[in-house]
Order: sequence, then C-alpha cells, then structure tokens
Amino acid sequence: MTPPDHRATPDLGTGPRAAAAVHRVEFPVRTEEDLLEARHAVRAATQEMGFGLVDQTRVVTAASELVRNAYIHGGGGTLVVERLRRPKGSGLRLTVSDSGPGIPDVEAALTDGFSTGAGLGHGLGGARRLMHEFAIECPPGGGTTVSVTRWTAG
Amino acid sequence: MTGRHSAGVPILRLGDVLVTGLLDELDDRSAMGFVDELTERIAREAATGVLIDISRLEVIDSFVARTLSELTTTARLLGARVIVAGMRPPVAITLVELGLKLHGVETALNAEAGMAALGWYRTNRLGEATRGDDAS
Repeated sequence: MTPPDHRATPDLGTGPRAAAAVHRVEFPVRTEEDLLEARHAVRAATQEMGFGLVDQTRVVTAASELVRNAYIHGGGGTLVVERLRRPKGSGLRLTVSDSGPGIPDVEAALTDGFSTGAGLGHGLGGARRLMHEFAIECPPGGGTTVSVTRWTAG
Repeated sequence: MTGRHSAGVPILRLGDVLVTGLLDELDDRSAMGFVDELTERIAREAATGVLIDISRLEVIDSFVARTLSELTTTARLLGARVIVAGMRPPVAITLVELGLKLHGVETALNAEAGMAALGWYRTNRLGEATRGDDAS
C-alpha cells in the first residue's frame, strides 16, 4: 500500500543524496503578478514550516531574486517549491527554471556586480549566500535551472 | 488617472517635505510609477526633503534596493534629501547578506526620527503646557 498522502510526489531532486520531497507545488513565472504570487507562496511555506522571521526573509528574498531573473533574463519560466524532510529537520527547496538563452559565464554571473539586465547584479550570488545549498545548470541547448535549499535549525 | 502610472501610494506634503511610503504588494511596474510620480512632485513643489517609510516592506531585493538608490540620486540632483525610514531588522540583515549596502541612501530607525533629521520636531502639546500652568 502506498501512503495515503496524495500530495506526495517522487523526489525530482538532484540525485540519491537529495532529501525526500514530501510536498511539491509548481508556479508559473510569466507575469509581474506571478512574481508577487511566487513570493506569497514561498512566504506561506516558510511560515508553515516554522522558519524564524529572519530565515523567512532570507528565503523570500532569494526567491524574489531567482524568479525575477527568470522573468527578465529567461523570458519566463517556472518555480517549484518543495518541502523536504531529513532525519534532522526539514527544508525548503526552490527550483526556478527558464528556457531563455542561459548564462554564458556562470562564474561571472555569481560575482557581485555582474548584470546584463535590470538589477544591481547581486541577484544570483546573493541568492547563493542567503541559502544553505545552491546549484545551477545551464545546458548547452539553452535555459537555466537554479535550485536553492534552506534548512530549518532543528 | 491611469491606475498603472500611479503606485496608489499617497504622497503627502508637509511644508517643503514630501512624506510617503512603500507597500509590500508593490510590483515592479508600480514601483517605477511611484518613482516617476515622486520625482515629478519633488520638482513641481520644490521639495527639499522626502521621507519614505518602508516599515511595511517585508522584502527588499536587489530590484527594490536599486530603485531606492536611484530615486535618492535623482532627488539629490533635484535638490531634495531623501530619508528612508523604518526598515525591519530581518530586512536589514538580509540586505547585508545579499551584499547590498544601499550606497548614498540615508536611513532612519523610524518615521519620527526621519522627520526630525529633515528638520521637523514634535513640540510639547498645548494641553500639557496648560496643565503645567494650572498646577503652579
């Protein structure tokens, strides 16, 4: 028998080491309204998971940077919000993907001050500093996927 | 009244100071509309000071930070001093970690401190003075 939790989905994460996702929701990032909607959803998730106020602000700010990047540079995309569980505590993973031109020089893009569009160029590097885990994929065919995770203190 | 142009945020005038604030629900377009409207008011009303209350802002990302920075610079070129007041402590912590220093943007702990910096002081209320007179 499978567990009765119909919301449970297979782990779509980054390999066998990834913690199990117990809850997964996907949001479009196509319009400015979507940016606000994404922020609200991430804020609500952090609150429900018991993140402290500063951690909530870190995670929502990182989400805001990533979805805006996808909206401005990637021509829109999707945000996947996953609640993770591991033996010691739980975490929130945000995965933002777009099918834009990709990032030609990821190292440069992670350096503060680098920007090819609106913004101060702190978005990507800033999001990395605000979160515990950070991964970025820019396959040769184009598109960018950024995945960030922050764990609760417990 | 195009709705889109205005951010829907009141901009009050107290003498030569404009007082306004930012809401958390502000989207990018409205933020730009707010900057345009405030800039125009500074010029038209020859304001020498602007107080922007941000105590309702739960998140300041690099876009909002850049908007505040540019607005401050533009206002300075027009002869007005901008003070951003009421930043929430979690927002301040996050901004530092994000690597944003809000260069050139003057801040105050709250709106009252910001107004004081712009030359506005709270005077003793008339009632208190009267009571004092009665007691003597």
